[in-house]
Amino acid sequence: MLTKRIIPCLDIKDGRTVKGTNFVDLRDAGDPVELGRLYAEQGADELVFLDITATVERRKTLSELVNRISHQINIPFTVGGGISSVEDVRLLLQNGADKISVNTAAFKRPDLLKELEKDFGSQCVVLAIDTRQEADGEWYVYLNGGRTPTGKKCMEWAEEAVALGAGEILLTSMNHDGTKKGFAIDITRRLADKLSIPVIASGGGGTMQHFVDVFEQGHADAALAASIFHFKEIGIPDLKEYLHQKGIRVRL
Amino acid sequence: MELAIVKYNAGNIQSVLYALERIGTTATVTDDHAVLQRADKVIFPGVGEASSAMRYLREKGLDALLINLEQPVLGICLGMQLMCAWSEENDTRCLGIFNEPVKLFRPADRTIKVPQIGWNTISSLRSPLFANVPENSYCYFVHSYYAAMGEQTIGITDYVQPYSSALQTKNFYGVQFHPEKSAKVGEQILKNFIAL
Repeated sequence: MLTKRIIPCLDIKDGRTVKGTNFVDLRDAGDPVELGRLYAEQGADELVFLDITATVERRKTLSELVNRISHQINIPFTVGGGISSVEDVRLLLQNGADKISVNTAAFKRPDLLKELEKDFGSQCVVLAIDTRQEADGEWYVYLNGGRTPTGKKCMEWAEEAVALGAGEILLTSMNHDGTKKGFAIDITRRLADKLSIPVIASGGGGTMQHFVDVFEQGHADAALAASIFHFKEIGIPDLKEYLHQKGIRVRL
Repeated sequence: MELAIVKYNAGNIQSVLYALERIGTTATVTDDHAVLQRADKVIFPGVGEASSAMRYLREKGLDALLINLEQPVLGICLGMQLMCAWSEENDTRCLGIFNEPVKLFRPADRTIKVPQIGWNTISSLRSPLFANVPENSYCYFVHSYYAAMGEQTIGITDYVQPYSSALQTKNFYGVQFHPEKSAKVGEQILKNFIAL
């Protein structure tokens, strides 16, 4: 049986992790490679590196970082953040990334998904969707890190994206992100049940029970979190043991 | 020892090279016939689509070269599928080293996703390729097509139904999962292949 995946997310700026961490045992906690390797050793199933660098040097610093990661980490990893062209993706894959995630650029030009699928295969194309539930109860797509509303329904965009060639959906609820009050069970479940591809739930994970809930009730294939891992509020080995105790299949 | 990785129009080849470097081995990524023929071991990796990969291999004469190799050869993911007789993916005739056909996962239950992406167990392991690899170890898989069960099966995984997650005949080995991304277990399998 396939297991549910636990995915720590590392925010990167200029080749360094952005948010602080509580890992006193690391030589350099700001080094994404060191932190990623620690998570891999602890049993993380995959890693996501989200680059928020805004300088002209970004392509070069990111591809150099990806190259270092792929030389040192023995589990799959996804790279995202500002990726907008087939050439961006080619460079990252050539440097050893297993998957890339696209968000705003794919929404603005959906053919990007088709091009990526054709050149590299859907297995390496993760579509990230930032979504917010509005007063009418519906979930809508937001762009630019959740700042720009689009008026498009999340489910509609996700279904289009699957048809265009997305291989996985990384779904972040803006309502839940940063709250530590639990994942967005409702929209996660709707997507997971409707789509033929895996759904990674993101945003809101604060307790180990929240992870149980997003797998059992939300039907997520994987769950992603950042600061709760970085600040050691939840240890990955403890989380996996807890999930196992609750009858959820995880890689121990 | 000389280790060669087959270079062709498929993805993920660099990852295999880096994984070998992590376990202290170097390899040459090449489509040069002479280099492949004289290598002590050959790895045939790949992620991609079967028919375009086979077309490329034929154009480069790599199909005939691969089936005639006598040193240990390890196919990974698409590489393993291409070593089978036939793939349902665009009805592709493949290299025919393994007899098992490659078919598309067709789950009756819609909650089972295709492709399979993630960690699953390997069991009924019977090959020196799996020395010091415990039964039901977890490996990382990404695939929509699978090799059926047969007499060349040396490892089984269950997704939709039990299928061959590893095959062997003579000097030819194939694994559906990605040892280069399967943490410690994957590293052990790569070390075992190198030690064959």
